[in-house]
Amino acid sequence: MTETRQHARYTEYHPRWYRSRVSTWWWLSRWPYLKFILREISSVFVAWFVVVLLLQIRALSRGSEAYAAFERWLQNPLIVLLNMITLFFVVFHTVTWFNVAPRAMAIRFRGKRVPDFWIVGANYAAWAAVSLVLTWFLVRS
Amino acid sequence: MAKQSNEPVLWALFSAGGVFAAFVIPVHLFLIGLAFPLGWIPAPGYEYLHALVRLPLARLYVFALCFLALFHWAHRFRYTLYDGLQIKHLNELIFFCCYGGAILGTVWAGYLLWNFR
Repeated sequence: MTETRQHARYTEYHPRWYRSRVSTWWWLSRWPYLKFILREISSVFVAWFVVVLLLQIRALSRGSEAYAAFERWLQNPLIVLLNMITLFFVVFHTVTWFNVAPRAMAIRFRGKRVPDFWIVGANYAAWAAVSLVLTWFLVRS
Repeated sequence: MAKQSNEPVLWALFSAGGVFAAFVIPVHLFLIGLAFPLGWIPAPGYEYLHALVRLPLARLYVFALCFLALFHWAHRFRYTLYDGLQIKHLNELIFFCCYGGAILGTVWAGYLLWNFR
């Protein structure tokens, strides 16, 4: 008894507020949450593309044999599958990025705010143009 | 005086990388990852691509794409791990792994492109 009293301890910190525990899988419960996480996960596939691009540069630098090996590696069914998934995610990134563009760029023309539709539309038009130019550079038979 | 945060710089890199990635990565990936390997479109030859990457402007483009896309990934993935997994005690580790990865990748890109022969 006495010992307990002598060793009574007082915390100098504020007591912790009650917070209900959120499950690690909270983002699976609703479609908008899942969409949010998928959008964020798209960044992993953006990074994977950078890896593929750098492997291509390295193979090009090492000579035609190394490049042929790199091209065979790209034909591996697992890599093709991974790249299909990657394509889905990078397009998802582009679409979600463009759709929030009007919130990021509030453009005014003659004192009026340009409608969202035109900003999103301009982004898609620019995307098509950029894709065409890059295709022109890369497709040579 | 409040401590200066580097968050605005990191966010700007995330944003710039997001724009760059949104415009160019889908077509690049479609061509290199699917259309060329699966034979939908004839792949460009080694000689042509090699000559293309020899151009300083092309190498600058590839470097900028890698640098910005990796910092875009680092920022976004960091917050995905923060919010998705809620492992607060590991936040510092996540920070260093994400930006460390982006820095390593950028250095690798610089090394490959600078020494491109």
